[in-house]
Amino acid sequence: MAPETADIDLGEYQWGFHDEENPVIKIERGLNEDVIRQISAHKGEPKWMLDFRLDAYEIFLSKPMPNWGADLSGIDFDNIFYYLKPAESNARSWDDVPDTIKNTFERLGIPEAERKFLAGVGAQYESEVIYHSLKKELEDQGILFLDTGQALLEHEDLFREHFASIIPSADNKFAALNSAVWSGGSFIYVPPGVRIEQPLQAYFRINAENMGQFERTLIIVDEGAYVHYVEGCTAPTYSSDSLHSAVVEILVKKGGRCRYTTIQNWSNNVYNLVTKRAVAEEDATMEWVDGNLGSKVTMKYPAVVLKGERAHGEILSIAFAGEGQSLDAGGKVTHAAPNTTSVITSKSISKDGGRSSYRGLLRVNKGAEGSKSKVVCDALIIDPESRTDTYPYINIMADQVDVGHEATVSRLGEEQIYYLMSRGLSEGEASGMIVAGFVEPITKELPLEYAVEMNRLIQLQMEGSVG
Amino acid sequence: MPDLVIRNLHANITGTDTEILKGIDLQMSKGEIHAIMGPNGSGKSTLSHVLMGHPGYEVTEGEVLFEGQNLLDLAADERSRAGLFLSFQYPFAVPGVTVANFIRMAVNAHRKGGPDGVDNPVRIPEFRKQILEAMELLHIDKSMASRSLNDGFSGGEKKRFEILQMAMLQPKIAVLDETDSGLDIDALRIVSDGINRLVGPNMGTLIITHYQRILDYVKPDQIHVLMDGRIVRSGGAELAHELETSGYADIAKEVVN
Ligand SMILES: Nc1ncnc2c1ncn2[C@@H]1O[C@H](COP(=O)(O)OP(=O)(O)O)[C@@H](O)[C@H]1O
Ligand SMILES: [Mg+2]
Repeated sequence: MAPETADIDLGEYQWGFHDEENPVIKIERGLNEDVIRQISAHKGEPKWMLDFRLDAYEIFLSKPMPNWGADLSGIDFDNIFYYLKPAESNARSWDDVPDTIKNTFERLGIPEAERKFLAGVGAQYESEVIYHSLKKELEDQGILFLDTGQALLEHEDLFREHFASIIPSADNKFAALNSAVWSGGSFIYVPPGVRIEQPLQAYFRINAENMGQFERTLIIVDEGAYVHYVEGCTAPTYSSDSLHSAVVEILVKKGGRCRYTTIQNWSNNVYNLVTKRAVAEEDATMEWVDGNLGSKVTMKYPAVVLKGERAHGEILSIAFAGEGQSLDAGGKVTHAAPNTTSVITSKSISKDGGRSSYRGLLRVNKGAEGSKSKVVCDALIIDPESRTDTYPYINIMADQVDVGHEATVSRLGEEQIYYLMSRGLSEGEASGMIVAGFVEPITKELPLEYAVEMNRLIQLQMEGSVG
Repeated sequence: MPDLVIRNLHANITGTDTEILKGIDLQMSKGEIHAIMGPNGSGKSTLSHVLMGHPGYEVTEGEVLFEGQNLLDLAADERSRAGLFLSFQYPFAVPGVTVANFIRMAVNAHRKGGPDGVDNPVRIPEFRKQILEAMELLHIDKSMASRSLNDGFSGGEKKRFEILQMAMLQPKIAVLDETDSGLDIDALRIVSDGINRLVGPNMGTLIITHYQRILDYVKPDQIHVLMDGRIVRSGGAELAHELETSGYADIAKEVVN
């Protein structure tokens, strides 16, 4: 997935370039009711969706900013662009994507990955998905994979049944904001018993300065079905901030399984405030693999509600905070049925004054007897300027449950680096190797291509400060 | 000039006045086996780390030449790539990094010649063949290649893996710091065989030990006795047996007199 050699500057963020803007529509900065009406009108949405948006906007205004987690005081809602449509249409062929945008996705390696190992791809640029594909044989099996806006227009009943059913607008201030201005994202439906062996991938690119990206993803995995969805993201480096605030809702029905992998690599001027929640029914499995390397501020706690008996939830989280970054990540699991199981594994790394936190909530409801959960969170601190914190909240209201919690904090040791250097590795290679080893329990869960990409990003972050 | 020349080497613990090495002189070349013996705390490991470039020690006086080049100007990784190897007395664990991947990275770093060198990675099948041969020589089970390096290894296993790394990196001078400790008698024989096979025109070794046991298998050309940061005596292989019978205390007396 490497861009051309000439672009590689080790230790620098490689995706900080931007394209000249050539928007079809760009609504003026700032947010008000009129902006929301314009978004809805451009999209030709049914009236109920406009009402939903306006209602969410009221909720957004009424909710205070969170006073916990990372510092959000730098967000200037009036300075953000809430809707930018970059191209006339959502293309089915890369040939129909405007050249500048197509070139950007080529530099990001998306068409190549699509040819090699993906079942389908969605590429979002600013507010709209500009390219979408799904292998023909998957389409024939009744799988739906399209941009969420299109799903609203083409599959309104299925959409309406599930939309905002797992994350209502009032869930939190940023979920309300997303509900008011959402645009783009992926809509996936996998019919009963259908297993998609190759991953579906969506890629989110912000290009304009002070852009707000608010995609909305809804995944429904029907009984006994399986899907692995992967999302990646990058943005240009600007001196002023952008905002990414997504909502992801997932329903995994009886015996189904969904794996959702994120490789978040926003530039260091993006506020990344995302709400993700899945409901797992009886015998279903939900897995979040959440890799956070970029952004200025991230607050994200993928959640699983284990609603049916024997459902299983798994959250694997990596947060790597470098200079000027604050990553508040973790996960939430609610055991709401008997004999449900969950595992949360968190690995956080802090470097060059970066700050990473694990924030987790484990809840076992009354009646969820026989449930088991294990939480492991490990932090690695690269230098004395950096900081890590752990906030594990555990709330158990049932009897006969088995809950384990372990936390470790370690420091990158000078002597350990010396040991690796004594074998000929440079200081950067040595520290990169130690960090890659530290996150290995998570990267080993990724398909090879993504594991390689994740390790490469970690290596780049490590080499940033050294030599 | 000998390949390794140590002249009047003094070293402190970094940032302190505590002097551990108090003027060491030693010369050796490829093809030679030297042994350094000395009681606990005499400075043997410190010497090995000062040679390798441990950041915890600083050289205050003296020089070290490696094939005529000033070794002390180089960082640890550069010393390694120049052909120096240290088998650690206490190797570090690298959780999550397999033995095979670790050694492959190290081999590639040597082939590349440094961070600015040109990538020239070893082909995987060739690497596999080499590492499997080396593991067989050291009686290491194949399955160990996919374990995390030194993570949960026994003391003896760690020592074998140090020698495995030596075999794969093919250094010119290998310093072996108490590689014999923690090995049972069979393992000692296997590891010694491995060392003997590698010593030759292309490699010399400096064996650090405080028992003469390993020296029954790896026959030294010269033995140096290190006490309190100085080499107090040097001699042939017979010195080991003298030490065995009379102990370091007698030598100490001699030195004082
Ligand atoms: N980093 C250190 N901090 C404090 N003391 C040290 C350090 N390194 C070595 N020493 C001291 O220096 C002396 C020599 O140590 P070492 O070289 O490990 O001896 P040996 O290997 O011969 O047993 C010992 O007294 C030891 O305690
Ligand atoms: Mg020692």
